Amino acid sequence: MHQTAEFHKRVKDALNNSQLRSNFRVAMDGLMEKRSNAFPDKQFLEELRITGSKLRANALVKQADLLEQLEANCTRNGIKVHWAETIEEANHIVLGIMDSHNATRMIKGKSMVSEEMELNHFLEAHGKECVESDLGEYIIQLDHETPSHIIAPAIHKSKQEIAKLFQSKHPDIPYSEDIETMTRSARQILRSKFYDAEIGLSGVNFAVAETGTICLVENEGNGRMCTTAPPVHIAVTGIEKVLEKLEDVPPLLKLLTRSASGQHISTYFNMITSPRKPGEKDGPKEVHLVLLDNQRSKIYEDEELFDSLRCIRCGACMNHCPVYTKIGGHAYGSLIPGPIGSVIEPQKFGLDKFGILPTNSTLCGACGEVCPVKIPLPKLLHRLRYEQVRNDHTGATNGQGSRRSAKEAMIWKLWSWAHARPAVYRTGTKVAALFRGLMPNKMGPWTRVRTAPKIAPKSLHELAREEGFDNE
Amino acid sequence: MSLVKHYPDKPQKVYFFGTCLIDMLYPEAGLAGMQLLKREGIQVIFPQNQTCCGQPAWNSGYRDETPAVVMNQVRSFPKDYPIVVPSGSCAGMMRHHYPEVFKDKPESDLVNAFSERVFELTEFLVHVLKIELKDLGAPTKVALHTSCSARREMGVADEHESLLRQLGNVQLVEQVRKAECCGFGGTFAVKHPDISAAMVADKAQAITETGAEQLVSGDCGCLMNITGHMEHKGIGPKGQHIASFLWERTHASDS
Repeated sequence: MHQTAEFHKRVKDALNNSQLRSNFRVAMDGLMEKRSNAFPDKQFLEELRITGSKLRANALVKQADLLEQLEANCTRNGIKVHWAETIEEANHIVLGIMDSHNATRMIKGKSMVSEEMELNHFLEAHGKECVESDLGEYIIQLDHETPSHIIAPAIHKSKQEIAKLFQSKHPDIPYSEDIETMTRSARQILRSKFYDAEIGLSGVNFAVAETGTICLVENEGNGRMCTTAPPVHIAVTGIEKVLEKLEDVPPLLKLLTRSASGQHISTYFNMITSPRKPGEKDGPKEVHLVLLDNQRSKIYEDEELFDSLRCIRCGACMNHCPVYTKIGGHAYGSLIPGPIGSVIEPQKFGLDKFGILPTNSTLCGACGEVCPVKIPLPKLLHRLRYEQVRNDHTGATNGQGSRRSAKEAMIWKLWSWAHARPAVYRTGTKVAALFRGLMPNKMGPWTRVRTAPKIAPKSLHELAREEGFDNE
Repeated sequence: MSLVKHYPDKPQKVYFFGTCLIDMLYPEAGLAGMQLLKREGIQVIFPQNQTCCGQPAWNSGYRDETPAVVMNQVRSFPKDYPIVVPSGSCAGMMRHHYPEVFKDKPESDLVNAFSERVFELTEFLVHVLKIELKDLGAPTKVALHTSCSARREMGVADEHESLLRQLGNVQLVEQVRKAECCGFGGTFAVKHPDISAAMVADKAQAITETGAEQLVSGDCGCLMNITGHMEHKGIGPKGQHIASFLWERTHASDS
């Protein structure tokens, strides 16, 4: 249970940090407004969401075949495909590729799967240099942090905080709080890293089975640099990112960029189908694709929780989550925060570790309402609440039943007993009304910020009878 | 909800499910709801055997402890009259989640038929009874907080608003981020008290800033949370369930 205590401590710290609160509030308000403006036509949005969810569901249903097809087509195109069941395997595959080229320097585009692998730590421990080239990722790498948001990893920082960070890490560069100036400085520093890197690593937004194409969405051009400048490009992805056809990409891309940042299309959209061909002047000489499972095929086994794999990682659920907006991403303690993180991370790493996350929601439904691929997030959070307290040992979810307490189970059993028996219930409310004067004014955390609710002298049952409303 | 809902013709009789929160803490809101229905010329039946919709256990993950409570409600409302519920949250549980509670169980048909008869109070007033309200109250400024379940699960946010807009002397003011959750969330408020407190503080602040003289909501869970916080801090307007508010303003007092 100490994980729960740590979680509550992180939450308290986040809530007491007014700078952090304001950074998230302002950023999330902005992202929500941008998304809303990008979908002026609600009918268009709804139709696109239906299309998107069908395309993702179709790809998942056919996943095994599509992955084989992807491998065959990538191989035919000259892309080397690697399979990793665990993050350890994936890390060793990347290390192996680096070692086979005697490479020590890697430049990275933004990749949540590489964060999942904790690739930077792993490679650094093996004497390799990994430099993040996405601006947000670069900022958090400088500060030795993890992403607080899946598309905007440094969103928890204000520009003043970033300026101070730059000053402490690069004292030779003149201090500036101007975003453009700071971006230019980072760009200059990174430029030489692009030249020197022997390996470029990227994530994958969609992997198209039909053509063996890796699709990459980005706004800074760093993704294109990572995948073209170094002689070797390694793309890492979760196996669920596979799509059946090339024509599946446009509707999903429309949904992804509009939902994420309100853009009709990202500044860069890269489609990589092969290494440099004879006669071509640029591009990597080698392209590798690492397909990571890491519990995804276990999530796949449950016909309801399976829906969590539809995610296209737009971040709209966290942008619209009132809880995420209050506490920010780091408080969750998981790599992916917010509603989708609270669904995926407990399944990947176990309810014993992250069981607190599915309870950390009011089930307000804002996430499910905006999800571009219609993942029923509240329903899945609800399901995981069940998984963590059920005790029949039949489900497949990691850590099932781990948060069941005998006391809580007993309370709900008694509650159920009383509310299934009308006479018991009526007696209970009568007794409560009778002793209403004795109701404490302090009721734990509730009354720390609220007055205690007051029991009425007469219940509605009694009033209805007195006012002559029929019983049947 | 994007699905088109089908409403029945005006019936002669309806059932009223008061909800356990209203039963114990806000009975006047339940009574007002019943009076509004009765004034439209229909017979309102309040089965004395009703208890709680079962949502507390269901949302806490105790799925095995839920069916017995659900079945008590299903048995207490046996005839095919519509069941009117003065809460988006409880109505949402009864309409949308009862079928899940009994999925693949032998009683599933019975429960599904029950769920189809469940309506939230404001949608029933607007779409089935086509109620016309005459405002007898003094001019006032009102803020409306629509619960997340009323808004997203039952899809009745417009119905709440349209009823208030029928009242000539009521000026409806809008708080910022009106669609954002107040932070109640049932057991969420107990399990995550600090986050809940931060959420309700922002909600109360937004409502207070409108300068409204009254806060109205269709859900007593939100009301208990928001007004409880405002009372504690000594800010903001008084809160009232929408049924009480509508009844008080349109009811010619005979005293």
